[in-house]
Amino acid sequence: MSHGSRNKPFEDDPAVFSKRKSYLLSRAKIVQSIREFFITRDYLEVETPQLITAPAPEAHIESISVGDRYLQTSPELCMKRLLTRGFPRIFQISRCFRGEERGDLHLPEFSLLEWYRTRIDYRDLMVECENLFLFLARQLNLGTVLRYRGVTVDLAAPWERLSVQAAFERHTAVSVDQALRDDTFDQTMVSEIEPHLGMKTPTFLYDYPASLGALARLKPGNPSLAERFEIYVAGIELANGFSELNDAREQRLRFEKELAQRALAGKPTSPMPERFLSDLRAMPEAAGIALGVDRLAMLFNDARTIDEVVAFTPEAV
Amino acid sequence: MYNASDLRKGLKIEIDGEPYVVTAFEFSKPGKGQSLYRCKLKNMITGVIIDPTYRSGDSFKPADLSERKMQYLYNQDDEFWFMDVENYEQYVLKEDQVGDARNYLIDNLEVDILFFGDRPIGITLPNFVDLLVTKADPWAKGDSVTGDTKPIMLETGYELRVPPFIEEGGKITVDTRTGEYVTRVKE
Repeated sequence: MSHGSRNKPFEDDPAVFSKRKSYLLSRAKIVQSIREFFITRDYLEVETPQLITAPAPEAHIESISVGDRYLQTSPELCMKRLLTRGFPRIFQISRCFRGEERGDLHLPEFSLLEWYRTRIDYRDLMVECENLFLFLARQLNLGTVLRYRGVTVDLAAPWERLSVQAAFERHTAVSVDQALRDDTFDQTMVSEIEPHLGMKTPTFLYDYPASLGALARLKPGNPSLAERFEIYVAGIELANGFSELNDAREQRLRFEKELAQRALAGKPTSPMPERFLSDLRAMPEAAGIALGVDRLAMLFNDARTIDEVVAFTPEAV
Repeated sequence: MYNASDLRKGLKIEIDGEPYVVTAFEFSKPGKGQSLYRCKLKNMITGVIIDPTYRSGDSFKPADLSERKMQYLYNQDDEFWFMDVENYEQYVLKEDQVGDARNYLIDNLEVDILFFGDRPIGITLPNFVDLLVTKADPWAKGDSVTGDTKPIMLETGYELRVPPFIEEGGKITVDTRTGEYVTRVKE
């Protein structure tokens, strides 16, 4: 796969080289500070295998196979299995791999911070996110007000909390249900909603349609919604978190649905994650989140593309 | 066939029987949603720009494009005639397909003609072409009031500004990419 103008060797330009160097220093400081934040909050740093036998079945995420295993698309399943083994607060910074994802905000190999904690729900997690971002800004000697992509964003809590339904009402002429029926939900999100999110403070976009939260718990009292949220800053998505589904039977049905959707689209399917499903029966209530480390580095450095905050792009290796 | 993930700037694909070139491209993927490839495509025949959004799973035929060496023969009304230097077959391009290239077309000039299938759709000129000056005011020595350049006309009817020492009946080299004067051709 070639990307034309993307192949330009950055290092030829001394100005670009010195910018990249300062981004990489800042990135290292961010990673260090993330560790500090979680360790002081009694989280245990864990490492789980990157080569796995069964990634979480997702209709729109392409896992990369290596021999008879897969590179992880996220450490989610292994980390939830750890929750059942006496580790109530865990975090991990790991490399994840997703095929066919390449753009100004996407790399096929990238770094995810994931953390999981028992006996909290997605609302508690939102507060923890606010605290993390403020801590990182402080460690980087930045104020709470950031300039990112031409937008001035204040990280001071509380951030805006906007339900998916309210976002559709505010920014589009269609309803969520209509968009889902027409299969235009994603497109509407990208072109009409995302550009408005995270403009004064970061935005928590929350309560997704149940069909769009394959691993999330349904909202008690409203099973048409999943307790899932995303963080947006200046129109850019940074994280995806939720109250974790811990009903193994329900989880199997959802995985089957995702696999069926893949089969229908003619995409390769992977095996059912049986060990995860069997452990899930013992998983306590919990919430967890995946946050893109590369995009965090972009945010705190006002970088224009993800290429600028990594040591090498896939095209430069 | 190309897949959506092959899309990138400069890629040439066929849509509804017409060749398009990708002029802008943005990959996006909301949440755990589908991959969306937002493109701007320019029709290589009409110049019309469209901005479709593609999804993973979409596929495209590469546009069947080729270039052939041709000699410019002549023009009549809005038609410009060229001859394939290998098999002497003659082809015609319309005025709007030739565009600014007409400023440099002189008899027997060798050019590359772009084909979509069997259909000629565009022209690539040599970077430099020598052309005869057909109209120029005489060089008034010492007259610096008019600045460093003066307007002239070339044999193709093209008008441009050149240094004052260029005279009618002489030849100059023009850069076809910028349309600007390069040098005087010494006879």
